[in-house]
Amino acid sequence: MTDVHKPTTRPIKVLVTKIGLDGHDRGSRVVAAHLRDAGMEVVYTPPWQAIDAVVKLAMEEDVDVIGLSCLATDHLLVPKLMRALRDSGLAHIKVVVGGIVPDEDEAALLDAGVSRIFHPGTSLDDITETITDLAGLSLAPNERP
Amino acid sequence: MARKRAVLLQDDSIDAHAEWRRDYEQQLPHDKAVTNRSGIEIKPLYTPNDWNDASYVGDLGYPGQPPMTRGIYATMHRGRTWSQRQLIGLGTPLDYNQRLKRLIDAGTSAISLIPCNSVYRGYDIDEVDPLLVGTCGTTVNTIDDMDVCFRGINIGRISTAMNDPLPFTLLALLLAVAKRRGVSWDHVTGTSNQSDYISHFVANHMFFRLALPASRRLLVDHIAFCNQWVPNWNPLSVVGQHMQQAGATPAQAMAFTLCTAIQYAEDCINRDMDPETFLPRFTFFFDIAISFFEEIAKFRAGRRLWQKIVRQRFGVTNSKAWRFKFHAQTSGVDLTRQQPLNNIARVTTQAMAGIFGGLQSLHTDAYDEVLSTPTEAAAQIAISTQNILRDEAHLTDVIDPLAGSYYVETLTNQMEQKIEALIGQIDAAGGMFKAVEQGIVQNMVGESAREFAHQVETGEQVIVGVNAFQAEEDGSVRQPLERPEPHRIQNQLDQLRSFKAARDQSKVQSALDKLTAAANSDDINVFAEVVDAAIAGVTHGEIVACLRREMGAGEPLISI
Repeated sequence: MTDVHKPTTRPIKVLVTKIGLDGHDRGSRVVAAHLRDAGMEVVYTPPWQAIDAVVKLAMEEDVDVIGLSCLATDHLLVPKLMRALRDSGLAHIKVVVGGIVPDEDEAALLDAGVSRIFHPGTSLDDITETITDLAGLSLAPNERP
Repeated sequence: MARKRAVLLQDDSIDAHAEWRRDYEQQLPHDKAVTNRSGIEIKPLYTPNDWNDASYVGDLGYPGQPPMTRGIYATMHRGRTWSQRQLIGLGTPLDYNQRLKRLIDAGTSAISLIPCNSVYRGYDIDEVDPLLVGTCGTTVNTIDDMDVCFRGINIGRISTAMNDPLPFTLLALLLAVAKRRGVSWDHVTGTSNQSDYISHFVANHMFFRLALPASRRLLVDHIAFCNQWVPNWNPLSVVGQHMQQAGATPAQAMAFTLCTAIQYAEDCINRDMDPETFLPRFTFFFDIAISFFEEIAKFRAGRRLWQKIVRQRFGVTNSKAWRFKFHAQTSGVDLTRQQPLNNIARVTTQAMAGIFGGLQSLHTDAYDEVLSTPTEAAAQIAISTQNILRDEAHLTDVIDPLAGSYYVETLTNQMEQKIEALIGQIDAAGGMFKAVEQGIVQNMVGESAREFAHQVETGEQVIVGVNAFQAEEDGSVRQPLERPEPHRIQNQLDQLRSFKAARDQSKVQSALDKLTAAANSDDINVFAEVVDAAIAGVTHGEIVACLRREMGAGEPLISI
């Protein structure tokens, strides 16, 4: 028996990546492993991804959420990524940023369309829950409950 | 005498011990098992049954003598305290020069140079997004940039720690400046403190530029060149800090560092270099986590093991090579964004562990490191913390003051066993190079990182302000963010363009040709050609690009 009102039950798909120049990836690896253990499908890349490469991968892999780990000022590039996603018709993909984002820079990221910023000390379960909620919002209209 | 005391405990006080045990279990029926980060179970009480003076000579000896547990020099901190080596680097070479002079005035006795992330990745500043230029370190690309960094500073009289991964372009630029100023390379002192490419490949991918086999060759070229031409420079700092920051336990970090040093020594020996000569110039760099006694034991055990490795494995008789010289940095991973002033207490505790562990050089983190690139005001507190511990708390009056503690000695022995077992595992895998090629070490480090994250998640490991004792945030302690001014970065880009245009292009081309030839030969020292290229006006980015093309770019092995 199929309930037609239920959304497709495919797992949430998340791209965990790093843009810019920094290569510290303990945080992104721990979070990616946690999301995978929570049942999500995780696409994981090495650091230093170009913005174009992230957009292309997000499109090809049809992800629901992009998680960016930024520890050393690479968050300054996030507004450019948000623009590139919109320009490619991927505005429905939700973007979250984790790492070192100074208070002064937070508004610029949120204004650019970032859904949530996770500062150091955020619990892994909080990240999982937030991404689960956001993935629900990013479903295409015909997939929504 | 010592033996007698041990016997006494076993005979006469055995009842007293049993009685204490009974009382303890009665009063604390649900005592929780305590395990340190390295997985060693910690008991509530240590007595002469765990460690006693009968082991003094074998386990400890005297400072400056094998087994070196008590320190690598006879006088240790009483004779000379540690170098206060703070990481600095932000903005342009001129910004760096101004901050450097202020730090020297504030009592810094040794300096460091942290380049911009674009430099770390092997690029000149005109090859990356200008938004990122100079936000994390200094924009050093040319001999002129390096000259400005050290304007007004006698480079023959100060020890410089270069955060300079292979192919060591920053040291090459420094040597070029020395040549320009007529300073003999004999007087250039300091350390290439990002020379350990294995630690980059495993844990700090930030600095990884060239493919593994190319890296392996270039490091030996660099050590050989420095030994011959820059004899007071330490060409190698073997880094445990990266692996521990990436999640390795203290015991793992120490073990993998020693295995890495063994690998490099073997690589040098295979190139017919003499360990009696090159080993005294090996130095180490470690993380100091807040796990206080564990860190002290880690350093004491590491010191003992290194002299054993040098003497037994390599048969080196030069006692200078037995010295486990290390710089240490308080752990940034332990710091919290929540209630950030608490980080000053954390850094103080970490620094104390490092001092009791017998370090030679110390960097204390600024409390705001977890908020942004450290601000100058916070960096000043970090320096003061060291001054207070040394001059007010008198931590340096007595050498190895925790020696003889039943707990510290037992833990030192247990850490040593744990570290030796790990070294055995890496030996069995064919050595460190093979073990990282196969991803064995990366998996162990990743596993430990996940395990620690799990402990924090469950509250088993308390982090004040994060998973316990949460409080309202006081935003007033946050310093205003320091960012390089856009016009200064633009100016720097213009200068790079003019520098490139004004060079003697035929000299540049000929230096690049020689570099290319060395990279494709078996017997020309590649680093010698890097130095010549820097002198000829070739930029940092051009040197790295040439070697990447000729020797292969590096991509670290990453999995989740």
